[in-house]
Amino acid sequence: MNVLYFAWVRERIGVPREEVETGARTVNDLVVELRAREERYAAAFEDLSALRVAVDQTLVDFDAPLDGAREVAFFPPMTGG
Amino acid sequence: MRISVQDAAFDLGREAADFAAGRADMGAIVTFTGVVRDLPGDPLEVMEIEHYPGMTEAALSDMAQQAVTRFSLGDVLVIHRFGALKPGEMIMMVATAAPHRKDAFAAAEFLMDYLKSRAPFWKREVTAQGGDWVAAKDEDEAALDRWS
Repeated sequence: MNVLYFAWVRERIGVPREEVETGARTVNDLVVELRAREERYAAAFEDLSALRVAVDQTLVDFDAPLDGAREVAFFPPMTGG
Repeated sequence: MRISVQDAAFDLGREAADFAAGRADMGAIVTFTGVVRDLPGDPLEVMEIEHYPGMTEAALSDMAQQAVTRFSLGDVLVIHRFGALKPGEMIMMVATAAPHRKDAFAAAEFLMDYLKSRAPFWKREVTAQGGDWVAAKDEDEAALDRWS
């Protein structure tokens, strides 16, 4: 699965995207796996209320399923306009 | 309907003149332009705008389509830039065309409210003190309530 990071999430984790081998069934499960990896992931995912997530480029909640998902992106609340 | 996500500057006058050209049934055209604002006390060197290629275009198209349906628009234009922009530079514009002004104004506000917190852009302000990601405002999120 392709995992993307934007803005300060990207800065904290240190890469804009990476390929992740995972059997996670939901976004929450994926977050638990990533947090357990290294301190930089734990720091980035410390407060989920400060994060948003998109699965295959559509905004979803953290309890969204990942069946068949190809791309998951984590980022802070958006500041367009 | 046209959506453009680009790093290049755009010509507001030309975009406005070309928009909905030849549509004699559209009695009202509204344009809104967002400009990089300098910071009082701590001069802004540059505003860096990051985005999510692919999702950005899809999200903007979806918003524009919703605006067309909801406000009976004859045409809609959204241009949003990314990259490093200096104070005074234009960041983005929306244009809406409707038979009557109420719908054209409302559609422009609808688009701006959604763009603020649902289009995947992130702003970072760089000053002599360093760079800071712009935090989303609660009021921007709350602004969406009036459209639900």
